[in-house]
Amino acid sequence: MPPQPGMGNKNHGRFAKQQKPKNIRSSIKRLFTYVSRDKYLVVLAMICVVISAGANLAATYMIKPIIDNLGADVPSSQKVIDLAFGLLRMASIYLVGILAAFIQARAMISVSQRTLKRLREELFSKLQELSVRYYDTNAAGDIMSRFTNDVDNIGQMFDSTILQMVSGMLSLVGSVVLMLVTNVPLALVTLILTPVMAFVSGSIAKHTRKYFGKQQAQLGAVNGYIEETISGQKVVKVFNHELAAKEDFNKLNNELRNIQVKAQFMGGIMGPSMNALSQVSYTVTAFIGSLLVLMTRIGRIGAGSFGALGVGGLVVFVNYSRQFSRPINEISNQINVVMSALAGAERVFAVMDEKPESETDSNKVVLDKVHGDVVLENVTFGYNPDKIILKNISMYAHPGQKIALVGSTGAGKTTITNLITRFYDINSGTITVDGTDIRDIERDSLRKNIAVVLQDTHLFTGTVMENIRYGRLDATDEEVMQAARTSCAHSFIKNMPDGYNTVLTGDGANLSQGQRQLLNIARAALSKAPILILDEATSSVDTKTEQSINRGMDALMEKRTTFVIAHRLSTIRNADAIMVLEDGEIIERGTHDELLKLKGRYFELYTGIKELE
Amino acid sequence: MSKYLKFIKPYTLYFIIGPILMLTEVAGEIVLPRLVADMIDIGTTASGGQWFITRQAVIMIGCICIMIAGGISGHYFSIKAAVNFSSDLRKAVFDKVQDFSFKNIDSFSTGSLITRLTNDITQIMNITRMGLIMAVRSPGMLIGGIIMAFSINKSLASVLLVLLPVLAISIFLIMRAAMPRFGRMQAGIDNLNSKTQESITNVRVIKSFVRRDREKEKFADANGELCDATLSAMKVMVCIMPIMTLCMNAATIITQWRGGNLVISGALDVGSLNAVVQYITQILSSLMMVSMVIINSSRAITSFKRVGEVLDTVPDLTDADAKCKDKKVENGKVEFKNVSFRYHTSNAENVLSDVSFVAEAGKTLGIVGVTGSGKSSLVGLIPRLYDVNAGEVLVDGINVKDYSLEHLRDGVGMVLQKNVLFSGSIAENMRWGDADADMDTIRRAASLAQADGFVTSFTDGYETELGQGGSNVSGGQKQRLCIARALLKQPKILILDDSTSAVDTATEAQIRKVLSEDLKATTKIIIAQRISSVIDADKIIVLSDGKIVGEGTHKELIESCDEYKDIYYSQSEKQAS
Repeated sequence: MPPQPGMGNKNHGRFAKQQKPKNIRSSIKRLFTYVSRDKYLVVLAMICVVISAGANLAATYMIKPIIDNLGADVPSSQKVIDLAFGLLRMASIYLVGILAAFIQARAMISVSQRTLKRLREELFSKLQELSVRYYDTNAAGDIMSRFTNDVDNIGQMFDSTILQMVSGMLSLVGSVVLMLVTNVPLALVTLILTPVMAFVSGSIAKHTRKYFGKQQAQLGAVNGYIEETISGQKVVKVFNHELAAKEDFNKLNNELRNIQVKAQFMGGIMGPSMNALSQVSYTVTAFIGSLLVLMTRIGRIGAGSFGALGVGGLVVFVNYSRQFSRPINEISNQINVVMSALAGAERVFAVMDEKPESETDSNKVVLDKVHGDVVLENVTFGYNPDKIILKNISMYAHPGQKIALVGSTGAGKTTITNLITRFYDINSGTITVDGTDIRDIERDSLRKNIAVVLQDTHLFTGTVMENIRYGRLDATDEEVMQAARTSCAHSFIKNMPDGYNTVLTGDGANLSQGQRQLLNIARAALSKAPILILDEATSSVDTKTEQSINRGMDALMEKRTTFVIAHRLSTIRNADAIMVLEDGEIIERGTHDELLKLKGRYFELYTGIKELE
Repeated sequence: MSKYLKFIKPYTLYFIIGPILMLTEVAGEIVLPRLVADMIDIGTTASGGQWFITRQAVIMIGCICIMIAGGISGHYFSIKAAVNFSSDLRKAVFDKVQDFSFKNIDSFSTGSLITRLTNDITQIMNITRMGLIMAVRSPGMLIGGIIMAFSINKSLASVLLVLLPVLAISIFLIMRAAMPRFGRMQAGIDNLNSKTQESITNVRVIKSFVRRDREKEKFADANGELCDATLSAMKVMVCIMPIMTLCMNAATIITQWRGGNLVISGALDVGSLNAVVQYITQILSSLMMVSMVIINSSRAITSFKRVGEVLDTVPDLTDADAKCKDKKVENGKVEFKNVSFRYHTSNAENVLSDVSFVAEAGKTLGIVGVTGSGKSSLVGLIPRLYDVNAGEVLVDGINVKDYSLEHLRDGVGMVLQKNVLFSGSIAENMRWGDADADMDTIRRAASLAQADGFVTSFTDGYETELGQGGSNVSGGQKQRLCIARALLKQPKILILDDSTSAVDTATEAQIRKVLSEDLKATTKIIIAQRISSVIDADKIIVLSDGKIVGEGTHKELIESCDEYKDIYYSQSEKQAS
């Protein structure tokens, strides 16, 4: 089986720092459930492995009668006929072996690719079911590596390992049996060398693993430095920090260089050492074998007695002993692959075993026509139970009202929106929509009625049109453009190379921060959800454009309940109610004018501008 | 490829010795079967005897010792060559990127630069190591095997003359069919990875719009395509092994048949026949090794190309032609004379057109304008992050192109709109502004930027470790740290590009007060969304579509400039309904 280009980072094969699976049996069992849909193919492959391994052994063994026949005491014409028949037999065994090997390989790639497909699909589906909390507490890179490295490792195991191990075992056992049948003393000599080989390869591998572990750690440090520096390259330049960066990098790079030479060297000598050992075994076998043949020939060992050996037998033996180390090597290599595959499988299954956020009971309310009455009563919440973020928050919002949340960073404004959308569940208190506790509402149905614009702009790879249409999939092109006009995005989209058909890259690198926010607003404007949440949605948009957006949105907001979070107090001046949050509590509430009269925190925040005006 | 020669040069010796030492392995592998053949053919007959056998065995052990010594040292030098070569390459690419202009960075994109420095270089190291070890070894085995086989018996070995071309052609055909399929497979992998990545980063959007099923569908499409692509590539590749084995087995059978007849007629010994068979197997399997290396190197060639692209890029902004390299920024006067600018010459419209203004030393210049009017582009021209297309930018009366980049950027402190902190302690981050700053200096800069308060409230104070990109401080705190870092530079010109957007109004007012009171000798250029941030500036310029449409103090502009009036009233109470 040819090597397959890896999906993610190339894994470092047998010498990679070995990840130890914790629960081997259950992981294997579970992996088999993914394979079981292709079980007939697997059975077919297994049968073929046995056939091809058997054919290989048999073919090698067939040489013995052929060669013995050459030296036999019969007329030449008979020898030629025997030779022809012997070779024909051998050829047909070869053919069967090749056919079986082909079928086996062909079957297994189908099995492995389909299994990987199923695994990935299930993993992705599972990820879609997981809560926001899961994403907040697990690094994106870590989740990604389960898709790439871990699934890759599993794939490698299915591709070749299982079959190689089976065929390795078979040829090992088969060779031993056939050697014993051919000549006992010689077989014992070969077998004695086996533990030596296992020991040498084991101790080299142990050292290599140690160095590879160090190499991986240092490689991680170098790559981390690269990633961080290149990501912040513009800052590096603004601060004339290039030289310092070059020096730092040089140090890290040289450390990597030193450890890498050692690690690669240890990994590299495995091949020549094992090769040399198998040559030793070859030599010793040939040496003792030749002596046996000699003694048999001159009659020191009686023909047919213990230890007697003919030339044919010796040739077979020499061939076996040359190949003998191969299966041992193969099996010990594959054990490492299997271990990292199982460790990968465990990490994949760990995700699949995460508790999904979808409801466990089905008797949830499905919202039909939502008016948009949102009420929070004595809501207390903390991302960790021991660190409370929101304390006893109560507020209400009626359809058509605009509720603003202000307060300094970390006061808990965004947390409230996380709760209304049920990204997180509250610790105590209640949140109701149209009088129904949101915990009793089907989560999808709740979210379909809420449109959120987040501060961090998120766009998808695809055209501008597709990105806006994300807000409502059945919207016509005209509706999409209307939404873009509402959010003041239409004019800059028009100026893009392909207008609405311009393809955006995932991070929207070809747009300014402000323009990305406008697209996000357009997406929400297209949605017909009766509840609208704008979390710093216009922080990078200038105030003039913001005003035009507001004018456009006013019509949209007329019948909707809107929550607005903004630093810029001018954004929220016309809100129906302003909540001032501090340390997780609402310390002031009222309209702009009322709050100014109060001369409290809002007044202070607001007069931050006033003072200077 | 010639550009890689200079990276090989320091290690030429390793590059040569490594592969050559591998010849000892070749010699051993080639000689051993011959020795065994004689051992069997001569030793087991009357003319040989046990002494002959023993002699052969001793020679063989000697050969093996040489093989081990040669093989291991061959590996050692090859690895030394490959690792040193790739390390130097990594260093060169990294240094090159350090010399890149903003425009160069934009054209590559950060992500692709990172992949080139990490995955591609690793790929190059692996293929170089493998290549060096195989370079002489595999062809050596091939040629040595052929020579030995022919020297034992010409007519027996002639079967190779037919089989080798057949095999080579079929491997070539298979690989030619497989290559484009591998390309499709790689594209499928990239596509699936980016889909996954996107769905992870955009999880809140997906969830809030309940687009779960749509995402699953899109993923299933990409996943199915990858599965199909991989299968189609593998289906071709899976043919290589059977064809190889078929050829090997055919060769064995043919040789056995013809050799057997020779043995019967007494023209050949059994041991020699066996040796020929073994050489043939060896030859064919080394051919297979060569083809495997070729398959793997096709991926490495892509890596070589991608790394080469970086090395070949000429930084399009250097100070090589600067006329006053010794000159430092002393006063901080900034002047734009008829400046026009666009990011790519191919762009249809200018980002800035015919911009002229003066910012006097020590004064404050405010810049306002709607989204996309060119504010950030304008200030980027002062520290020469980009070059103008027409007109000139002068600092202290000297064209910015005539300063050395180091002196110019030392004189200009800039807080970018999209700013980053680096992993390390807060103090280490601050020292980016001034590597020798002591704790007092750092604290002073931090308190000017209103950051000292929250930093000292952390348990570890200035020794608090920041996560990558400063992930463990809030947006407002990050902005204040970035300002402090820029202040430590004690620049003559300080540029704040919308740098207080996440800072609350009261704190922002404090910062502004500090700027005007404590930095009297510094020219301050402030881009702001809020008029209140620039209302006290000595001069404000109003940008619209890359042109200056208003210039003057707040009072003057409010009288004369409609655009300014619009922005101002959009933020003031008077118009609020």
